Amino acid sequence: MRVGVITFPGTLDDRDAARAVVVGGAEAVSLWHGDADLKSVDAVVLPGGFSYGDYLRCGAISRFAPVMQLVIEAANKGMPVLGICNGFQVLCESHLLPGALTRNSDLHFLCRDQEIEIVNNQTAWTNSFKQGEQIVIPLKNGEGSFQCDDQTLAMLEGEGRVIARYVGENPNGSRNLIAGITNAKGNVVGLMPHPEHAINELTGPSAQGLGFFTSILNAMVK
Amino acid sequence: MAKIVVDVMLKPEILDPQGNAVASALPRLGFTFATSVRQGKRFEIEVVGEPTAAQLAEVEKAAEVLLSNPVIENFVVRVEK
Repeated sequence: MRVGVITFPGTLDDRDAARAVVVGGAEAVSLWHGDADLKSVDAVVLPGGFSYGDYLRCGAISRFAPVMQLVIEAANKGMPVLGICNGFQVLCESHLLPGALTRNSDLHFLCRDQEIEIVNNQTAWTNSFKQGEQIVIPLKNGEGSFQCDDQTLAMLEGEGRVIARYVGENPNGSRNLIAGITNAKGNVVGLMPHPEHAINELTGPSAQGLGFFTSILNAMVK
Repeated sequence: MAKIVVDVMLKPEILDPQGNAVASALPRLGFTFATSVRQGKRFEIEVVGEPTAAQLAEVEKAAEVLLSNPVIENFVVRVEK
């Protein structure tokens, strides 16, 4: 099973994401933003960072990168795609996921260990977790406040498309404490906190982030 | 030379932490006039000669696709002499 990890100019977390893919049991395949070929990958991770310097809006330029045209097409056909942090922003800008990520409500860049609750374990990226499982993984972003209109929020909640919520105080002003959402098919997931930094207790707050990367193997076997 | 200007603002219902920070900084400096501040973006676009209706239509399209995110922002296209 081959999982592509895309590097845009300004991406930071591609190496950790690739390592998490490998520790999770798949083969990590590096993809470059200018590639016009997905190299026969079965799934794609859009890692965190500041692609294109966050110019214009986070993810706004990356959306038009050549490789993203292929990712959008494949995602619409059901290929699993996980966007973490900046990757989540790219997925929203690409209209693969609804809503948008805006500046944290207190304007601070946050970097801390964050407890989240998995509230939908039926997606390609969350099926290794128990429903309602609480995990601690790093949260580090300046623009992580999930915003959408009331109608979209009601749709996300009504269809069970919120996949993770922050536990405790709202860290960034996200509506309904939303930390992650999925598309209607459950193959595309966007997540603000960083599971790829929590795959080993030596270097992360827990190893609980690994579940996202083992889920994708289960999804493929099914 | 005329410029095409695109003003992009967060929709009124979207929280604007930057605008709020500016609004709370003003009174600290003795400026007490503001009841609210919203912060946005302004794009200045130059074209050869006077902007044509076709060019303005293209700019509208670009503003919708790239310059703004219609999920959270509104935009206005105008010509400035």
